[in-house]
Parts: sequence; structure tokens; C-alpha cells
Amino acid sequence: MSPRAAARLEGLGFGRVYDYVAGKADWGSFGLPLEGASPSGARVGAHARTDVPRCRPADRMRTVRARVRASGWDICFVTDERGVVVGRLGRAALARNEDVVAEEAMATGPSTVRPSLELDEAVERMKRQHLTSLSVTRSDGVLIGVIRREDAERALDVFSR
Amino acid sequence: MPDPVDRDHVRLLVKQGAQLVEVLPEAEYEEEHLPGAINIPLQTLDAASTRRLERGRPVIVYCHDYQ
Repeated sequence: MSPRAAARLEGLGFGRVYDYVAGKADWGSFGLPLEGASPSGARVGAHARTDVPRCRPADRMRTVRARVRASGWDICFVTDERGVVVGRLGRAALARNEDVVAEEAMATGPSTVRPSLELDEAVERMKRQHLTSLSVTRSDGVLIGVIRREDAERALDVFSR
Repeated sequence: MPDPVDRDHVRLLVKQGAQLVEVLPEAEYEEEHLPGAINIPLQTLDAASTRRLERGRPVIVYCHDYQ
């Protein structure tokens, strides 16, 4: 849609026209502010926990487990050198032999959502998929954090009062 | 051909005085839009509706995503 708008503006004689093709979905996915009737506090990005532990694919379980234990979480995200999510280590994976590397133990393709997603939609998705949390990523796949179902439900409860 | 720009370039251009135009329908604009953006839905984008824009300043158009 925006390429057509940009072309039309040029046709109307505007000299310096730029097309932000990735649009407001991209803007919101980077946690940048948006204005309007929909409050940003009702979106996933405002409630995502960013302290979730991360590791690299070649990290061994002994190292990962120590990091996870120190963090107080029971999951860990496996990310590449750019911070892009490549997998998730749950409890069972974290309990594997200490010499196993994260890449071997991880579940690939974890469910991800954008920070601009509305909280009620995130909760519905977690219920539907029987999940207690979802990873929150930018549009380029870089991990922002995790939205936990209990946090999202609590926030929605506050909004509904 | 209009220049495609990324997020960082948008922020820079806006700082330099560019005008942001969301071309989605009004209801979608009302729900959320980039800070300072005005709304000119694509269907209404013509010589009359663009009188709100200053011709001496750059214009950045956007919609929801790659649609």
C-alpha cells in the first residue's frame, strides 16, 4: 500500500518522498512509541520480562544450568551472535547430561510474538497452545524477553477494573 | 522511484523535519500511529487531501507492513 501512496505523491509533484515499507508493525516491534487510542500498556512489550537467561548454541549444559539457576528462571533461550532466537531449553532439556551442548538439547522454533501484540490476544494464544509463556521478539527475530501468562492475565485484570 | 527507508532513517528524517503520513484507513490510524503522523488514507490521497503537507519538507509514507 505505501509504495502506491509514495508513487502517487511523486505524481502530485512532491519532490522528496520516502517509503517506510516495514511500517508501523516494524516500529512497534522495536518497542518504539506509538500514539493513538490503544494504550501501549495493554500490549505485550510493556509486560515482557527481559531478564530471561540466554545462551549460545555451543554452550554446554553445565554452564547453561548454572546460569539458569542463578537467574531464578527454569527456561533458557538459545540465541545466535546477533541475538536472534534459534531455540528454547525447557526443564527437560536443562536436565540433560552436562556435556550436551544447547544446540542438541533445544527445541527449535519456539512460539514468538511481537511486543506490539495486544495482551488479550497473547493470552488467548497461550491458552490455545497450552503455553505458560511466549518469547517476545523484534521483527528481525532478536529476543526482547518473555511474556508470562500469569503476568499478562494479572495486567488484563487490572485493566478491566 | 520513492526511496525505501528503514526505521533508523525514518527517525533521522523526522528529526530533520520530515512529515509522516499513515495511508491506512482512519480507524486503523486512530488505534495507533507513529508519533506526529497525520492520516491520509490511500483512497483519498489526491491534490486536495495533500494540501495539508508542506511541499518544501520531505514526506515519509507508511502503512502496517509490507502490504
